[in-house]
Amino acid sequence: MSAHADTHAHDDHGHHHKETFVTKYIFSQDHKMIAKQYLITGTIMGVIGIIMSLMFRMQIAWPEEPNVIFEALLGKWAPEGVMDADIYLALVTIHGTIMVFFVLTAGLSGTFSNLLIPLQIGARDMASGFLNMVSYWLFFLSSVVMVLSLFVEAGPAAAGWTIYPPLSALPMAQGGSGMGMTLWLVSMAIFIASSLLGSLNYIVTVLNLRTKGMTMTRLPLTIWAFFITAVIGVISFPVLLSAALLLIMDRSFGTSFFLSDIFIQGEVLHYQGGSPVLFEHLFWFLGHPEVYIVILPAMGLVSEIMAANSRKPIFGYRAMIASILAIAFLSTIVWGHHMFISGMNPFLGSVFTFTTLLIAIPSAVKAFNWITTLWKGNLQMNPAMLFSIGFVSTFITGGLTGIILGDSALDINVHDTYFVVAHFHLVMGISALYGMFAGIYHWYPKMFGRMLNKNLGYIHFWITAICAYGVFFPMHFIGMAGLPRRYYTNSNFPLFDDLANVNVVITVFALIGGAVQIIYLYNFFISIFYGKKAEQNPWKSTTLEWTTPVEHIHGNWPGEIPHVHRWAYDYSKPGHDVDFVPQTVPLKDGEEELQH
Amino acid sequence: MDLTQGTAEEKNRRAKKMMLWFGIISLIMSFAGWTSAFVVSSSRPDWLKDFQLPNAFLISTVVIIISSLTFLLAKNALKRDNKQQTTLWLLVTLVLGVVFIFNQFSGFQQIIDLGYNFTGPTSNVTMSYIYLIAVVHILHVVVGLICLLVVIYNHFKQKYTASNMLGFELAATFWHFIDILWVYLFLFLYFVR
Repeated sequence: MSAHADTHAHDDHGHHHKETFVTKYIFSQDHKMIAKQYLITGTIMGVIGIIMSLMFRMQIAWPEEPNVIFEALLGKWAPEGVMDADIYLALVTIHGTIMVFFVLTAGLSGTFSNLLIPLQIGARDMASGFLNMVSYWLFFLSSVVMVLSLFVEAGPAAAGWTIYPPLSALPMAQGGSGMGMTLWLVSMAIFIASSLLGSLNYIVTVLNLRTKGMTMTRLPLTIWAFFITAVIGVISFPVLLSAALLLIMDRSFGTSFFLSDIFIQGEVLHYQGGSPVLFEHLFWFLGHPEVYIVILPAMGLVSEIMAANSRKPIFGYRAMIASILAIAFLSTIVWGHHMFISGMNPFLGSVFTFTTLLIAIPSAVKAFNWITTLWKGNLQMNPAMLFSIGFVSTFITGGLTGIILGDSALDINVHDTYFVVAHFHLVMGISALYGMFAGIYHWYPKMFGRMLNKNLGYIHFWITAICAYGVFFPMHFIGMAGLPRRYYTNSNFPLFDDLANVNVVITVFALIGGAVQIIYLYNFFISIFYGKKAEQNPWKSTTLEWTTPVEHIHGNWPGEIPHVHRWAYDYSKPGHDVDFVPQTVPLKDGEEELQH
Repeated sequence: MDLTQGTAEEKNRRAKKMMLWFGIISLIMSFAGWTSAFVVSSSRPDWLKDFQLPNAFLISTVVIIISSLTFLLAKNALKRDNKQQTTLWLLVTLVLGVVFIFNQFSGFQQIIDLGYNFTGPTSNVTMSYIYLIAVVHILHVVVGLICLLVVIYNHFKQKYTASNMLGFELAATFWHFIDILWVYLFLFLYFVR
């Protein structure tokens, strides 16, 4: 970091105080450092989430068989090495919570919005570096609380990541409903605060701090995706907080918002007249947009990486923006498709079917645009590109089953089976994870100034891709055969005996897929110190972040912030000597700005 | 309007103001959550159709509207560089804010005196909703009061001038928001049964 001191003295930036270890690496207000903090915290949470999923997969494949791993990791929850049924539910619950919120919301949005928004729009930093720091530390705190909840004596929350009442509303309902659930709610309340502060910063930074010439229609699609994601977050997360507060009232103050006519161990409780369906409505008003909060940033990253590695402009730039907007709008009016069999009015179900199937249109627009971007491109098959293509593949596969599940008449047949598990893991879990991996492989040089090892990247991609389909493709079939999700064991139902072998296959794929992530983690952490030094613009990309020096400096650009003269996708433009024209290059005489 | 124009400082000031507005949108969404839950629950058999909002709530509505006006007067005084008047109106606003909170609590007492309970086994869900919504609004007023105290402190430190009053303006915007929010909630609770 020797270049740090002399490049630090630029004019229109006021931070000239000396940096200590604490202000630089811990309580940093610099967006690039905060992005790395998000990424590493998200990675740690991801490892925890994946280990949990591997454990409950082993229970499903070899039900109630003793296992040394269970004995070592679960302790009293695995007497003689056999996994306890309560901890099975808790593992499923916390796996879902961690992966959806802590990895794919905070880990993905937090990392790349922080890293790329100021760099790609030409800003010195976020609008409020202080709130950005607070946002990260609230996220860190909520992660700590969530991990601590695993060690509660009666067990962590076990009501599913959707925390439907009464399991979440009655502290005595099951082991995990007590302190475990309380800590879950505390952790999520802190998480929501963190997410809101982050989102507010992203929105106003994109709107206000763009450099001269960076009009909204010259923005890279990454920024559009992060921007709209933040808007959805601001609109939907507060409603989860509303629902959580009503839930806390029911839990702790004896009100009856969500509870009615409940017996526990032969004893009648006083709750009357409440309805858990109300909670489901409030929850899914967040829960469905949350899916798009997860997938939209991945879409943005993939669009950018595909254009750069196809050496072609992104196909249908304006259509891409329009489809992001359409998806964002539709995402707020489709939540009922999670509740087709909740006892909701069937007419309402048909309305939600209609709005849900409408989402297929903008999604298809995006899928076709990615494919046509690849078409006849000069494809650079680096790991980032492979993961981007993998994203399109899993997004289409998972999206097709979405059409089946979005139709209330068809959904009734496969609801709450492994068909649903397969659908959402492919379309938002694996896809968003691929988007995140693609982003990490592509922007690693920008984050750490070094390159990731390419060959390890190829191994990582191919084994991950095979295992991801190996896990989730067979799940469609066992789901259609009727195997219910969330069951601790299926051995009590002779009906499902034939499916036992399939479950073993799935688990073997899951174990291999989980193990291969060690290669990625090795690559990631070793390359920080020993990777090949990165050039300034390793992918020959057009966007602004590659005009900054490789060594990170406060304020991003040593001198003036560059001005922007063209859109972000001038690849292989006729009339230029090289196959990419950075956004900072002024238009030549008579050159027209392309925009599809 | 081209938001890419302006100096770094102008851009940053604009960004901070806009951040508050988007924050207000998110707060509105949380209240939209509660009020729509209120509407959905109103079809329950145990819903109170003929409840009367306590008089104290009406008084507090008037109080908070006046406090919004006094904050406006303080701002206008600051714009004319009349520091003394600014101090006066800020302190009046502070007092009115505290009066509002006391009024809300006496409103809760009036409801309890009518024989309804907000929480516990004997609670009624209509009253639970009213209590929850009013208490969460009070929390927002408390936040507003904290902002106001910071503004008063900064004002005594001579920090604000007619040309440099970003913090003052942000606090004022938030205060007007909690005022309008309560008026909305009052009308909502009054008309939606």
